This record gives sequence, structure tokens and C-alpha cells, in this order.
Amino acid sequence: MAGEPCIVVQDLWYSYGGEVTALQGIDLEIEDGDYVAVIGQNGSGKTTLVKHFNGLLKPTRGRVLVRGLSDREGSPLLRDTADLTAGQLAQTVGYVFQNPDHQIFCATTRQELAFGPRNLDLPEAEVKRRVEEALARFDLEEVADKPPAVLGYGLRRKIGVAAVYAMRPRIFILDEPTTGLDWRSTMELMELIGEMHCHGHTIILVTHDMKLVAEFSQKSLVLRDGQVLVYDDTRNVFEHSEILRDTQIEPPQITALAKRMVPYGMPGDVLSVEEFYTAYCGLGER
Amino acid sequence: MTLEISIRDLHFSYPVLSGVEGPPLASDGEPIPVLKGIDLEVERGEFVSIMGPTGVGKTTLCLALNGIVPQSTGGTIRGEVVVAGLNTRQHPVPKLASQVGIVFQDPESQFFNMAVEDEVAFGPESLGLDPREIRERVDWALKAVGMNPHRHRSPFQLSGGEKQRVAIASILAMTPRILVLDEPTSGLDPIGKAEVFRVVRELKKREQMTIVMVEQESEKIAEFSDRVVILRDGKIALLDTPDRVFAQVELMHEIGLAVPQVSELAYLFNTRHNTSYTFTCLEDAYQALVSRITVYESRITVHESEVAYGR
Repeated sequence: MAGEPCIVVQDLWYSYGGEVTALQGIDLEIEDGDYVAVIGQNGSGKTTLVKHFNGLLKPTRGRVLVRGLSDREGSPLLRDTADLTAGQLAQTVGYVFQNPDHQIFCATTRQELAFGPRNLDLPEAEVKRRVEEALARFDLEEVADKPPAVLGYGLRRKIGVAAVYAMRPRIFILDEPTTGLDWRSTMELMELIGEMHCHGHTIILVTHDMKLVAEFSQKSLVLRDGQVLVYDDTRNVFEHSEILRDTQIEPPQITALAKRMVPYGMPGDVLSVEEFYTAYCGLGER
Repeated sequence: MTLEISIRDLHFSYPVLSGVEGPPLASDGEPIPVLKGIDLEVERGEFVSIMGPTGVGKTTLCLALNGIVPQSTGGTIRGEVVVAGLNTRQHPVPKLASQVGIVFQDPESQFFNMAVEDEVAFGPESLGLDPREIRERVDWALKAVGMNPHRHRSPFQLSGGEKQRVAIASILAMTPRILVLDEPTSGLDPIGKAEVFRVVRELKKREQMTIVMVEQESEKIAEFSDRVVILRDGKIALLDTPDRVFAQVELMHEIGLAVPQVSELAYLFNTRHNTSYTFTCLEDAYQALVSRITVYESRITVHESEVAYGR
């Protein structure tokens, strides 16, 4: 249900065995239906954190709770990931890998998309229905019977997302899904992710691309050295980008331009070119 | 001015090999060419960026600059490529590589498990140079990329940006005149990206190196390059200064490429208000837009006529 927490992180610590402590006391609540961007420099703990949401990693200390096992569960309670296997969590939390080739291994696109739903022990008719729906939604019908390995990188990325989509997880984690994609493929993928969000899925997007963060995410979680620096509406995070200064994360160019023009009446929280244009044209009318 | 790179009517298609996944084939069974008539001249000390959709032949073009295409790849080539005065089909790859150094997207792929300084010394050592000469080159290359303090560490312990700087240093130790970088910052975080661009800019400025960089981020291209090559379907669709290229917003979007956000903003004003703005960096946009505004006793006025007719 929207507004209720679907992921709760309580004093989460994680260390990869030995001296490096990747996460240092994370407290966090992500609400059902949120669209959260996870940002921070390499080594700030982004991937380590999101891998706790689907149980690929288990806390060294603290707890991670995730709501709802699947559509079939009667009462979607928050449950401790420590008590669940990665397989059980996969019904609720879908994880799209950074490199599609770490995830894709079937002989055809159709088989690739059937793999996840089949592993959920769904009836074969339902598996088929979901595969066909995912093929249609991601515009993959033409390559349904081709081996993903021979397709272009952009298509393999899309197949990686579609395969997770076919499992209908409530929560989607996408780890830098647009790296290496050109602008058009990036926009196509972001539109599809936006549609999933509109259908009520919770989206967790790890990315270095601040233009995408500004344009698509509702909230931004900024990590630094394994800690939460700020977690707030994306608009507030970029408006107060001085908090970001020592993370060396820069707001998008259009936001920076608007901020510089605040003395001339521009709002400092502009997130897109269209917003800038509208605000500038409105200046004379005040 | 010295011409460092001269490409004339370059056509290339990869060979069809049995048992290996080859290039896509046309209906007549012949491989579809990757490059279909490229003409490009680059002067010494120029910074030229290459942009294009995935699969358009950007990497192939890079590899044609040191003779790997076609000498190592095979395939069918037409036209000619001359780099630093050497025709790439008349000189072996090692000789060409001493003039044209290529840095790839994934720096780890070229590392062995050695200290940073050994990585950088590897190239010159394989040339059988005098040890003192090798030491001088390693010192110079590490300083040029700002990695001298890390010379005794393992490259695998470094951050992404640092790894890429070591990769650049190991290419520099071969003292090439031309540095080719194929998406060197893709996958790096903002700090790493900034480090790589800073180093490359310094090499251009201090060493008069010629830079050819494949890159997707239009804001960075606008900031750093002298000229931009836009590849489309194996051909050059646009070849011009960043401000002229990024003024072609519709064409760029049609090709599937991004322009800087301020260039998009200029396009919005130009199409809706009949202005003729060209913005490629934040400063351009700031100056032009602020000059339309007066603030008098905390009242803000935008000069409508100037917004309407531009500068």
C-alpha cells in the first residue's frame, strides 16, 4: 500500500570480512510505490546497500525488513531478510544487474523471460502469459526466438529488465541500468521504468547520472562512506546542493543554471529544461 | 600546423569467420560494412571527440588509427589512414602503436598484478629500452597523470579514476604523439570522470598531444573538445565545433544522441520565441539570459522584446 514502508533498514552495518566496513549504521524507510535514486561516489556503499534488499547480502549487524512475500501471500507483513532466502525474496524484490551478461544465459529471449516466473513455481499457463506480456511491453517480440547473446548491448539490457519484470516483484532494484547505453536507449529504458512505477511498483535506481535522477526519481538517497548523508525529495536534495559539495556530486547543468539565477527571481529547485523554460518565462509576470 | 591524422574515404567491414559469430550480413551474403566512407583530418594538439549511437563503429574507427584494423582483425578495407606521417597499411602495428596510444573503457583488462610503476614500465621494457630511459619515461608518465605518489601500490587497490589514470600513464610511457581514448570514463563516478578529463586536458596543453576521445556525455564534450565528430550509420553526419554541432538539436535527437541541457534550452527559446541563441556551456546561457533581466528596487523585469527577438 502506498505510504506504508516496504523496506525498513535498522542500524545496518556490513563489512566484507576484515578491515573495510562498507556500511556503517544505516537507518532508512522506503515507502511502497516510491521512486528512489541511490547516489554517491564509487565505494560509498550503494551496491552493498541495495544487495541487502534482496538478500544477496545479509547484515553484519542490524536488520533489514521487507514487506510482502508475493501477491499470493495473505498478509504482507514486514519480514526480516535474515529469515528469508534470496529465492524467497526474489518473489518480492527484483534485482537487475549492472552487467546484463551476469544475468542472461538462456538460448532464446523467450526462455530467458520464462526462467524467473518458472522458478516461482507458477502454473505453466501463467508463465506463458507473463512472458508474452513482458515481450509486448518491452517491445521484444521481434527477438523473442533469438539468442540474447547475439543481440546488441541495448537490447540485452532491456531483456535483463524484462526478465525481472516477468517475475512481477513489488520492488525493482536497478543497478546502473543505463551505463554504456546511448541517449535514445537510455530514454527508452527510463520510460519503461517510469511505466512500472506508474503501475505501483517501487523503484530503486542506483546511478551516477544526475540528469536521470533529477528528471525521474521522486526521492534521492545520498550515501557517503557507508552512511546516509541525506534522504529527501530529489527536489530538495538538488536545491540544497551545498550538502552534496563534499561528495563531489554536481546537480544537472540546468539546475546549476537556475540556482545561479536565483538573485534574478529564478527558483533554485529546477529539475528539467522544460521547468527552467516555464520559470524563466514567468519571471516578467511577477 | 601539422596534420597528425588523415583519414580518406575509409571503408571497412569485418571478416566472416567460420564457427565464430561474425558481422551481420547483407542479403547478398556479404558482411555489412561498419565504416562507409570516413574523411577526417586532425591537426597536432587538437582535441576531437567522437559521438555516435551504440554499434555505429566508434571503436572500429579508433582501432583503425593504430592499424589493429585491419592488420589484426582482417576484413575488407578501402581508403587510407595516415597517422603521424605513417600509413597504417605500410607499417606494422607495434610501430604505429608507438605513435598512437589507445586507452580502453575497462582499464583492468590491461593490468597484470604488479605495482603501478611496473605496469607503466611494461611497455617501454618490451621495447628493450635503456633502463635509465625507462625510468625517466615512467617518472614522467606517472607525474603527467598525477599518480606518482601511488607508484608502489597495486593498481587493483585503486579507485576507478586512478586505475584509468594508470592506464593512461602506461600508454604515455610509450611516448605516443596521438592519444586515443575509447569511452574512458564510462562506468566511472563523477570524481573519476573529472580526474580523467583533467589529465587529458593537461596532456593536450602541456605536451601538445593530439587527443581523439569517444565519449557520450555532451556537457563534457562541449567543455573540453575543439571539434566533435558525429557518426551515424558508418558515416560522419556532423563534423564541427561543439557549439555548431550542439545547435543541431533536432538532428542530434533524430540520430539518438544527447546535447547539453543548455543547448536544449536554447532550442526551446529559439523555436518558441524566434530567438537565435546558441548555448554550449552554463556561462553562455547565464550571460545571455541574465542580460534580459533588470532588477530595480527588488522588482524584476524581463525585457520581452529581447526575449522575443534574441541577440
